[in-house]
Amino acid sequence: MSAATDMVPATRAAGYGSLGKRVYALLNRHWQSIAIALPYAWLLIFFLAPFAIVFKISLADPIIARPPFTPMFDWSADAANRIYVTAENYRFLLNDRLYWLTYISSFRFAAVATVLCLLIGYPMAYAIARAKDSTRNILLLLVILPFWTSFLLRVYAWMGLLNQNGIINNLLIWLGFTDGPVQLLYTDFAIYAGLVYSYLPFMILPLYANLERLDEDLLEAASDLGARPWQVFRDVTLPMSMPGIIAGCLLVFIPAMGEYVIPALLGGPDNLMIGRVLYDEFFFNRDWPIASAVAIVLLAALVLPIMLFQHFEKKAEAQ
Amino acid sequence: MRSSEQNGQRERPKDPWADSPWLKPDETPFIRIENVSKMFGDFRAVDDVSLSIYRGELFSILGGSGCGKTTLLRMLAGFELPSEGRILIDGKDVTRVPAYERPVNMMFQSYALFPHMTVEGNIAYGLKRDAMSRSAIRERVNEMLQLVQLTEFRTRKPNQLSGGQRQRVALARALAKRPKVLLLDEPLAALDKKLREQTQFELANIQDKLGVTFVVVTHDQEEAMTLSSRIAVMKNGRFVQVGTPHEVYENPADTYTADFVGNINLFSGMVTAAQDGQVTVDLTDFPGGVTLATHQTVRPGTEVSVALRPEKIFVTRDRPDDPKLMTAAGIIFDQGYFGKLSVFRVQIDSQKIVQVSAQNRIRFSKRAWDWDEHVFLSWDPQSMLVLAS
Repeated sequence: MSAATDMVPATRAAGYGSLGKRVYALLNRHWQSIAIALPYAWLLIFFLAPFAIVFKISLADPIIARPPFTPMFDWSADAANRIYVTAENYRFLLNDRLYWLTYISSFRFAAVATVLCLLIGYPMAYAIARAKDSTRNILLLLVILPFWTSFLLRVYAWMGLLNQNGIINNLLIWLGFTDGPVQLLYTDFAIYAGLVYSYLPFMILPLYANLERLDEDLLEAASDLGARPWQVFRDVTLPMSMPGIIAGCLLVFIPAMGEYVIPALLGGPDNLMIGRVLYDEFFFNRDWPIASAVAIVLLAALVLPIMLFQHFEKKAEAQ
Repeated sequence: MRSSEQNGQRERPKDPWADSPWLKPDETPFIRIENVSKMFGDFRAVDDVSLSIYRGELFSILGGSGCGKTTLLRMLAGFELPSEGRILIDGKDVTRVPAYERPVNMMFQSYALFPHMTVEGNIAYGLKRDAMSRSAIRERVNEMLQLVQLTEFRTRKPNQLSGGQRQRVALARALAKRPKVLLLDEPLAALDKKLREQTQFELANIQDKLGVTFVVVTHDQEEAMTLSSRIAVMKNGRFVQVGTPHEVYENPADTYTADFVGNINLFSGMVTAAQDGQVTVDLTDFPGGVTLATHQTVRPGTEVSVALRPEKIFVTRDRPDDPKLMTAAGIIFDQGYFGKLSVFRVQIDSQKIVQVSAQNRIRFSKRAWDWDEHVFLSWDPQSMLVLAS
């Protein structure tokens, strides 16, 4: 018995060395979790902290002060309530038709732009994926090239294109399609043009990554079994590229839904988009609580459907 | 070679190609490949190839990588358009018929199973492309599942199957449409040895049962030997030899075929006399001339190679006294033990190294031969084969 108890500290001493060795051993064993955990912790903190602040502001009343909202915690001795929260901003949002219409209008803009991006981007991604090695890199570079210029600058450039005496109108007049300039800027069309132009690469790149991996043997196998080219596309290419389609659509739809710059620069006063309303509430009306509530509702409207979708997809996969 | 044991009844295996249609001059070939070439840029992948394959054959195209065998198969499937020549299947010119309209199905080397469909879905896919009723499709799928013994796996996805099971799904899918011709691209390459041997016989059985014409592309000579009615040995886009496995093995057309189909010892020699299908050759490695029967036309004075398969040589400790045998003394230079057989590399007196393989007929408790042991090699001269070099 006594021999066995004597053994324990001895083996421990042999197993662990100095502190440096122990840290090294720890790193060696857990480097994978550390490499993942650190950046995720960073992202989580700097996503959750602003989110918590915005959420807190959305539960306050606007006041004319600095900052322009009532504090949530009142530490003064004569305070009736130590904690003050209100759902008034959300009630206001729900009851005001303007916000509803804006959300719906934003959704429509984003959805139509996403579909247009998909319709334009899919054939492009397919063609790039099937191109020769040498041309493929050039084509990919051309897709990425616009990112080298500022986004704001590119949207400004569209103003120049769509202007009353911009290039497009001049071209239309010169070709004889129209006598006078057509109103292009400050219309729905301008917003769609801006959205599709700006977000097309976000559709093409995930689709390309997916289609490039598509096994050519599968296409030949389908054709061998009697599928005409369009049937091969419908039965093999399309279902196999679904992950790419979903990724591309999310990457276009989510930022398009909250887009501010494009509707602000290219859209007219009637082209409502939620990003603009948010900006106006915040900076013109200085109603921070309402602006925060608008942002929280937008986030919920985007995140909840995606989570539901993933939930059902997992369920379908399990079956 | 084929064993078939079904429904408890023992059927006596018989030679499936006893009637050898390729020997009958009035037999119409089922597949005709006429002067087909395929160019990729300046490279001739397939070079003016002509071939007849008969109904119900299990025809193998054998060759090393890059010999053009896969390109030829892809032209039969309709994935590649021949640069020259034409292809007829069952009397119809299909050279320009797209793959989806050909009465031909292919089993891919990668199997190319649709990962998003179940086993059933994969097998039914080709049937659904034809205007077939739902009940007929279900019936055919069941039949195919039974044929490849995968009925209980019907709702699995391909990634839930083992390699052997995937191979069988691929086979069932390719056979479901009852194609006139089934093309198989390296059908057994992805299987391990045991499974490969078993599947070889299964393939042959299925082929026998359905009577479909099989065209197999393979680089594995053993696979080609056991399966085929005939083999075409291909090299640099051309056929070197077309014949039955027996012909190709025992009467190879040239040293390439001889070496590709099994192992071979080559001895160089000079023809000293030739008449009536008999040649006398002076071999550099052995004293005295040897007279051999041959189909080759060689004139006296030409250099030839004489081939001798390793398994046709005996190894003994004492000099055999049978005067009909050729003998050579040597020492064991190297040896390898493969379980059922042993391979020796014996250095004979002329310093040449001869490969010998011997069945391990008797169980030795330890190695039977030592390195550097003095041995005698002996063989029947008629086992030697004259090849024009």
